Amino acid sequence: MSTSKKKSILIKGGHVIDPSSSLDGVMDLLVQDGRIEDISPQNGQNTPPDYEEINATGLWVLPGLADIHTHLREPGFEYKETIATGTKAAVRGGFTAVCCMPNTQPVNDEPAITRYILKKADADGACRVYPVGAITKGQKGETLAEMAALAEAGCVAFSDDGNPVMDSLIMRRALEYSRIFGLPIVSHAEDTRLSEEGVMNEGITATRLGLRGIPNAAEDVMVARDIALCELTKGRLHVAHVSTRGSIRLIREAKSRGLPVTAETCPHYFTITEEAVAGFNTAAKVNPPLRSKQDVAAVCEGLTDGTIDVIATDHAPHHREEKAMGFDNAPPGISGLETALSLSLRLVSKGVIDLNRLVELMSVNPCGIMSIPTRKIAKGVDANLVIIDPELEWEVAPDLFVSLGKNTPFESLRLKGRVVKTIVYGDVIECL
Amino acid sequence: MTKDLLGIKELDKDDIIRILDTASGFKGVLERDIKKVPTLRGKTMVNLFFEPSTRTRMSFELAGKRLSMDVTNVSISASSVTKGETLLDTIRTMEAYGADIVVIRHSSSGIPHLLADNVTASLINAGDGFNEHPTQALLDIFTIRQHKGRLEGLDVAIVGDIAHSRVARSNIYAMGKLGINVRLIGPPTLIPAGMDSLPKVKVFHRMEEGISGADVVMQLRVQRERQKGGFFPNIHEYAKLYILNGRRLSMAKDDAIVMHPGPINRGVEISSAVADGERSVILDQVNNGVAVRMAVVYLLSGEKTSRMMEERRQRTEDRRQKTDHKLMPAQERRQGTKDRRQKNEY
Amino acid sequence: MPAEILNQKEISRVITRMAHEILERNKGSKDLCLVGIHRGGVYLAGRLAEKIETIEGERPPVGTLDITLYRDDISLRKDPPVIKETDIPFSLNNMKVVLVDDVLFTGRTIRAAMDAVMDFGRPARIQLAALIDRGHRELPIKADYVGKNISTARKENVKVYYTEEEQTDLVMLLKEGEQTEEDI
Repeated sequence: MSTSKKKSILIKGGHVIDPSSSLDGVMDLLVQDGRIEDISPQNGQNTPPDYEEINATGLWVLPGLADIHTHLREPGFEYKETIATGTKAAVRGGFTAVCCMPNTQPVNDEPAITRYILKKADADGACRVYPVGAITKGQKGETLAEMAALAEAGCVAFSDDGNPVMDSLIMRRALEYSRIFGLPIVSHAEDTRLSEEGVMNEGITATRLGLRGIPNAAEDVMVARDIALCELTKGRLHVAHVSTRGSIRLIREAKSRGLPVTAETCPHYFTITEEAVAGFNTAAKVNPPLRSKQDVAAVCEGLTDGTIDVIATDHAPHHREEKAMGFDNAPPGISGLETALSLSLRLVSKGVIDLNRLVELMSVNPCGIMSIPTRKIAKGVDANLVIIDPELEWEVAPDLFVSLGKNTPFESLRLKGRVVKTIVYGDVIECL
Repeated sequence: MTKDLLGIKELDKDDIIRILDTASGFKGVLERDIKKVPTLRGKTMVNLFFEPSTRTRMSFELAGKRLSMDVTNVSISASSVTKGETLLDTIRTMEAYGADIVVIRHSSSGIPHLLADNVTASLINAGDGFNEHPTQALLDIFTIRQHKGRLEGLDVAIVGDIAHSRVARSNIYAMGKLGINVRLIGPPTLIPAGMDSLPKVKVFHRMEEGISGADVVMQLRVQRERQKGGFFPNIHEYAKLYILNGRRLSMAKDDAIVMHPGPINRGVEISSAVADGERSVILDQVNNGVAVRMAVVYLLSGEKTSRMMEERRQRTEDRRQKTDHKLMPAQERRQGTKDRRQKNEY
Repeated sequence: MPAEILNQKEISRVITRMAHEILERNKGSKDLCLVGIHRGGVYLAGRLAEKIETIEGERPPVGTLDITLYRDDISLRKDPPVIKETDIPFSLNNMKVVLVDDVLFTGRTIRAAMDAVMDFGRPARIQLAALIDRGHRELPIKADYVGKNISTARKENVKVYYTEEEQTDLVMLLKEGEQTEEDI
């Protein structure tokens, strides 16, 4: 980021919340040179002569969000999304950092690709980008990628996301080997033999639509295996996009035994069920698939009791034409960056979680798990903030997304609470 | 009914009865020397098949021809049309050729629904993936009514690979709507999840249990490739468990009829003696298929017209409302003044 | 008020006359058959057959014909019409077929009926009997036997009631927009 002197900003009268700094109250924030200079209850005396004032009365000021599961699609699939458009979408959704998954073309399995992504992000990125490297060469699940080189180039974790590591021995080696760097192995937990050819959750809805189902067990058996391997190796395991009550039970149990396991879920897994697929709605085709009511309830419980550490987006933009190929052939994925926060705020208004927990789930824990710079609100820290209007009602209109991916099952859904401004290293970006 | 026939799910009981009654009229036509009426002269039917089919395609083709339609068959391998845009392009091309009715079969569930939203031609689903095959169910139920004289309260056993059968699904939905009790019989590996939660449906794994006292026994075709998928050890063991032979048929009602959507694997689903026996109505099914499809095409052609007329009426209505709208503010003003006046009185 | 055109007695008289005319023109009832067009024509054909039987001592075969599938206006109609039974249980080949309809108007129904009859065989000749001829033909079609000719305006409506469905036989002329009680 540029080190040139930036305009000072006074964020006045907002409700500042950051559990990691024990902040929860109405106060003013002064940002100078891209850093938080002062936090004070209704002060403003130390203001410099030339500053921009943001009236945040009635608004919430939170640490900038970090998404640890984003598909930016570049290089290789620029028709779906680019680093430029993806990061813009991230910022519009309140994110000031994203970790991008390695299933690009070529796969991010060697440092040259990592460096390419970082260079592109530096030039075009609207926020910070932290690449996730592949676990195995070409994400083929056969031989380990050069993890040391990838870590040195800037990868913050390893994942074969999109594909699971089916071979248990390779997964064991990955968990063991990654301990050198202390970086997590992000598991896309899916037994592809059990999910074979499946396109949605197995159950009466799939039966009624005549679509092949994916049972919960396809996820559960892999989570169970990975936990067993985690116990064996003591390597850091992070379970991506948890969707089933079974995995939540397994992760809860593993955590209670003190294993180094963390887990994320995504807004669609706590907001909608398999019924969203009715009418062959390809916008609701996602992997893992949308599950049942009981699973949604279990995911919410996991968010409340700490079993789940992170709300990630699994932002998976696709081209309109790809989603128009019919349900069997349409690629799975939801464009999630621009709706994630508002959907998560529903959990707050429903009392599933409180605002402090939301900040933990979307900012504090993501940064901690991926060991990326904290977004906390404290004096002298880089100013990465999100300003939210909790009362603003809006309707999801994919055509207005800045992401190239318009694929969302939330089209026309009315939501309350929306990002007004995101501040990325002291730069104010309007988000409405 | 709507513009299209996408599935039985989208129909109500009255729609189904109306189709069956109309089909009775067409059955009369098929019994004449000249089995053709000029009803839909000048209209075009395109049979767009992305999956090979001889029987269904021929049945639709005859139905169209007997209504004096121009009928064209287009067979495309599903793999050559993978991009959605191409699929939409294909159907729009058919429409540009003047197709009024497009009959579509595809190996993926939901393709007819996807296309129906994008064309004005009427679409008839001739089978999509494991979803539905509505005209097959309609002809099955027409055949049952023909032989039983009633529908409500009958016990129908459907035997075999329910999981991969769109015929079974369409029949289950139709029978549910008509008050027919359905018994599904098959190995647990071939009964899809949640089936027993549907109203009027019971699941059995033993042929003898499920068939006992049934009015109708409908056998489904079993694909040999299911053996590869591990759904059963081999076709011989499957046949041992689920074949309909004379001994098993004797457990059903004395006047029970035997049905099969065809083509039959003799000695696997039905023994030859039963297939050719007097209780078998398999050839009636074939014959009724044309009448039922004529009825569907005829009714949809009428619906399309009525929809166009409705749209025209709606446009006129909209125009009138727009004119009325100009008056609204004035009325509101008057109402507002009145409200204020009332307030001032207090 | 709707105007009465024929009452029950007059209808009976008219049918008797038409039966005589049919027999006279065809020189008896040999090879003669009647085909009534749904639905009024079906009742009238039955009554004509009865009269002929009374006169000749032999009842000519009677068939019924639903012309729905032969109409030229299916794509102009709001609802697809219900298909009624067509029942011609005898061969039409070399027969003298008398088509029977109640009200002859544009002639389109008769055109459709002739097409339908041709699909059932090759009659020696086709004749047409109509209870009422109200004019306004759109096709070159003329009835061989007419109960009563009346002049009507295009938008008027001729309504025929039959004892098979109502209390009495009756033919009424309704002005434009006029409705009878049971229509309301």
